[in-house]
Parts: sequence; C-alpha cells; structure tokens
Amino acid sequence: MIAQYTDLKDKVILVTGAGRGIGKSIALALSAQGAHVVFNYRGDEAKAAALKEELQAKGGKATGLKFDVTDYEAMTKALDEFTKTVAPISGLVNNAGISKDTLLLRLKPDEISSIIDTNLKGAMMVTQALSRNFLKAQDVSIVHMSSIVGLMGNASQAAYAASKAGLIGFSKSVAKELASRNLRSNVICPGFIQTEMTEALQDKVKEEYNKSIPLGRFGTADEVAELTCFLLSRASSYLTGEVIKIDGGLYI
Amino acid sequence: MELQDKVIKLVSDATKMDAANISLNTSFVDDLNLDSLDMVELMMKMEDEFGVEIPEDETENLKSIGDVVSYLKAKSH
Repeated sequence: MIAQYTDLKDKVILVTGAGRGIGKSIALALSAQGAHVVFNYRGDEAKAAALKEELQAKGGKATGLKFDVTDYEAMTKALDEFTKTVAPISGLVNNAGISKDTLLLRLKPDEISSIIDTNLKGAMMVTQALSRNFLKAQDVSIVHMSSIVGLMGNASQAAYAASKAGLIGFSKSVAKELASRNLRSNVICPGFIQTEMTEALQDKVKEEYNKSIPLGRFGTADEVAELTCFLLSRASSYLTGEVIKIDGGLYI
Repeated sequence: MELQDKVIKLVSDATKMDAANISLNTSFVDDLNLDSLDMVELMMKMEDEFGVEIPEDETENLKSIGDVVSYLKAKSH
C-alpha cells in the first residue's frame, strides 16, 4: 500500500467475493490499514479459515460469514447476528461478481438470471440487508465494483455489462437516499486488471488489448485496492454518487 | 413515567421539538415534518427503548403519537 488512512483502523468493512481476484486484494489492503474485514464465503470452511488467517497476518481483524449474496435469508441472518453482537458495519464493498462471455444469441435465460442475480441483485440485497445497520453506524461508505464494460459495453458480455451498468444507477440512488445520514456511495469501474479472470486470455489477445490502453499495460488488483481504500476512508469525505474509472486510460 | 410520556420524550429528543407541543394527536408527517427515513429511524429508537420489534409494514399505520402509544400498549399485552 502507498497511502495510509488512519480512520480505516478498526473500521468494520464487509467485502463480498473476497476469496480471490480484486476482492481479495481489497480485503488484504484493508487489513493492512488495520480495518476489521468481514468477508462472506459460500461453503468451503477450510478455505475460509485460510483466508481469515491470511487477512489477520496483515494486521487487522477478520471475520468470515457463511452466506451467498443470492441467498437473502441466509445473508440477512448472518449479517443481523454479526451487527447486533459484534459491531455495526460502516463500510461495504459490493464486489462479488461472475461473468459468462458469450454471444447474446447464445445466452440462455438462466445464465442471464444468474449473472444479474449475483452482480446486481446481490449487491442490492446486501446493501438492503445492511440499511438499518447503516442508520446506526458512523461515516458509512459503500463502494460498488462495476466495470469499464458497464460504461462502454462489450461484445459477448451483454448480460455482464448490463449488470455492471445497473450498479451505477443503484449506487447513485443509494447516494441520494442516504446522503442526509452522511452515507456515501461510489462506483469503481476497473478496466483490464491482472486476475484469474484475465489470466485466461491468450497472450496474443492480451497484446492486442495492451495496444488499446494508453498506459500500455493491464492494471493490478492492488491498484484497484488502493482506490477502494481511499473511497472507504474519510479522505474522500465529499465524494459521493461518483463513478471512477481505473483503466489506464482505456476509455477516454 | 407513563408510556405516553416516554413516547413523547423520545420523539421530543429525536425531533428537537418541545415536548409541551407534542400530544397524542400530533402527526409525524403533518406536525413534525418527518420524512420516511426519519420515520424509520424513529421507529428504530422506539424498538431500542421499548424492547419490541416493529415490522416495516406496520409502521405505515403509525401516523400519530397516539397510534404509537396504542400500538405499544397492544404489543405489551
């Protein structure tokens, strides 16, 4: 980490989809800032325990809660129990997401549902489930992980792009609805970031992409984490309803 | 303290409105100018104060101080 934000120390922050990729980098960065990172996991207890240990090694506290972002009942139960018995959650990173790249004409209805349910409805439900808790917490900041694709669209990613664009309208509405309670809501739109998701791309394709990125390279998950920490901290206290691209200039 | 006085004190503290100007007939929206989010917060305070759970769909019927007092009385029986 380059920047240190003292107000993130002991701040309780839920990061969904922290098991890998950008979400994991964010969770690790927040722990390095001294935050209490809460993450959800779907079932693998051993993996959750390993993640908890890895996070705690960075300095902050860590708590794993077992729920899927598409399971409203389990999510509400786990979050209610945590916020009532441990501490109010004052930071949220809606990061959990899936993609299925295929031509629109091949996209099946249940594939569309599953992408929208996880990426958009999941984020909405987590935010909804925490709403009452947010009214009691201080300096609440929410970060939604959208994508540059949500702004520019992309062939073979119609459903993914729609779900990511949906997050922008959602975030702006939350920003307006709860601004009077000093709650902020912002969106990050990453471009091409080195993760397992992009690791799968062929070298030739990657080279082709690099040519279209003014900064000439893929971004790192740590760079996205750096921006996320800034948005969660009071360092960005006058920033809300914003959509920030972090894409090396790809979409200028 | 009577339940009614407790409710009035809580509302007075939350809205900064003088308790002397609050009665059973006081309407949350018309007299106290509370919006829907204010109402949610107020009901959360009631829940904490009186140890009850007020479901979201029931708050719609609670339009005045009197409504809340009757509701809480009914809940405690």
